[in-house]
Amino acid sequence: MSTPIISFDKVNKWYGNDFHVLRDIDLNVSKGERIVICGPSGSGKSTLIRCINRLEEHQQGRLMVDGIELSDDLKAIDTVRKQVGMVFQQFNLFPHLTVLENLTLSPMWVGKLPKKEAEERAMTQLQRVRIAEQASKYPLQLSGGQQQRVAIARALCLTPKIMLFDEPTSALDPEMIKEVLDVMVELAGQGITMLCVTHEMGFAKAVADRVIFMDQGQIVEQNTPEQFFNHPQTDRAQDFLSKILGH
Amino acid sequence: MSARIFQSIPARPAPGRTGGLMGWCRSNLFADLRTTLSTVVVGGVLLWYLPQLLNWALFSAYWLPDAQACRADAVGACWGVVAEKYRLIIFGRYPFAEQWRPLLATLLIMALLICSCTRAFWKPWLALVWSLGLAVFFWLMLGGWGLSRVETDRWGGLPLTLLLATLSIALAFPLALLVALGRRSELPAIRTLCTLYVELIRGVPLISVLFMASFMFPLFMPQGTKIDVLIRVLVGITLFAAAYMAEVIRGGLQAIPKGQVEAAASLGLSYWQTQRKIVLPQALAMVVPGIMNNFIAIFKDTSLVTIVSLYELTGALGLALNSDADWRPYKIEGYVFIALIYFFFCFAMSRYSLWVEQQVNRGKQR
Repeated sequence: MSTPIISFDKVNKWYGNDFHVLRDIDLNVSKGERIVICGPSGSGKSTLIRCINRLEEHQQGRLMVDGIELSDDLKAIDTVRKQVGMVFQQFNLFPHLTVLENLTLSPMWVGKLPKKEAEERAMTQLQRVRIAEQASKYPLQLSGGQQQRVAIARALCLTPKIMLFDEPTSALDPEMIKEVLDVMVELAGQGITMLCVTHEMGFAKAVADRVIFMDQGQIVEQNTPEQFFNHPQTDRAQDFLSKILGH
Repeated sequence: MSARIFQSIPARPAPGRTGGLMGWCRSNLFADLRTTLSTVVVGGVLLWYLPQLLNWALFSAYWLPDAQACRADAVGACWGVVAEKYRLIIFGRYPFAEQWRPLLATLLIMALLICSCTRAFWKPWLALVWSLGLAVFFWLMLGGWGLSRVETDRWGGLPLTLLLATLSIALAFPLALLVALGRRSELPAIRTLCTLYVELIRGVPLISVLFMASFMFPLFMPQGTKIDVLIRVLVGITLFAAAYMAEVIRGGLQAIPKGQVEAAASLGLSYWQTQRKIVLPQALAMVVPGIMNNFIAIFKDTSLVTIVSLYELTGALGLALNSDADWRPYKIEGYVFIALIYFFFCFAMSRYSLWVEQQVNRGKQR
């Protein structure tokens, strides 16, 4: 196996003094791997992936992303963030900018691309998520599903090596979940490394190379979707699966 | 089994309003006992008071600048005082023969202000235009290069009011931005400094800040250094206004969801890029009414510089009337006159702020 693109080595994190949110996390992700992370709420899933682009700081252990160790070094953080795109549960689009301006912001100000090139790149990504005709609208004029697709396109404009999805469909109406998942499935087929916190088990079965199950800040078990869903190894995972699949 | 085909009910227009003027009166003025009662009371007060006011201000008023005639006919207002004293009120103690200079300077600064409020002029060269305009303003007012010299302590009236308000607004706003950001900084030193500044300034009245700027500050300066009184009060007003404005802006900053900053960080934007492109545009858009409140307050607070012997509009009025026993009884008319001038500027500012609100809220319209 080649060197992993992301590696957690005994990573620990606390919120305040007594909430131990990540406990001895060991995890290697290889290039192009598609990982789904699931588990009950408060289990540290979001915190785990937010450590990868340093929206959260870990306090112990080593975390390497694309050969760079994440520490207080601001330069290293900047370099990593250019390689990592992120999609949030609440979309977090910039409401005062048009869709196109949301997409060109980072390429122009961080990537120093000329406006014209940034706009071309943005339009390419908007076509990829099938929403190019909305480029001149403001985010709040779009539906939730459309907004989340714009958010995906915005992250892709960084041309990242890694994409992080933090419960991307949890804030959507049932009828809009599919349009977002379709885009993500398509993306998964294109070789980008993906880490996705989600409870969409259909999506996990369709695209994931590996499912990671977390509880109480620990990785409880990890396996192929096929093995995880059909033969969960721990009682905790069995209990969890029976609850989310049981109705 | 084939599914039933769903057919939606076509949309219909909302029922229109009926009844015309009578209907409007009935539903808005005489709908029930309470509204009828308040209509009658308010209407009664107006009917009783308005005729007296109109009688004083218009029908029995004496319009010619003749103090003796005014005294003989003592029922109405004596608007002649304005015709007699307007140059003293508007230009203060500025040398009488040279008053074309403050007139030009006032027109110049008003033209600059009007241009700056128009979208077509929001270009980088506007800053250059302002520096040039202010240079010309000071040349006209101060003299030199062919004009006789007039020291700043003889400036007064409307040009002084406009200069103080414009400059302190222009200086206080960026300072307030920095202080507001500083109060939310992660660096304790900066945070404490900004908090201290805001709390200290908010804890004292503007009058005492002006007193300190004008009388105490020079005591601490090395002997022989002399800073113009105009600059000292300008600094005083600016520091005072910025503290209040900083808190208004901080209110807007607090309202920006954390997700906005996280999204910006995940896109690789630096702290200053995030503030400039993401946080401040949204925060400022939210607090336009509050900031305009501050601007209007600054405009009117300039009237306090009278206590350090700078005779801006309000001070100039006192100067004009106190020194003249014939006209001193007609101060009310004089105050109504400058009240109209203040109202003109403040109302313009508040209408302009409504327009700005519309402009910055485009993204929120669905």
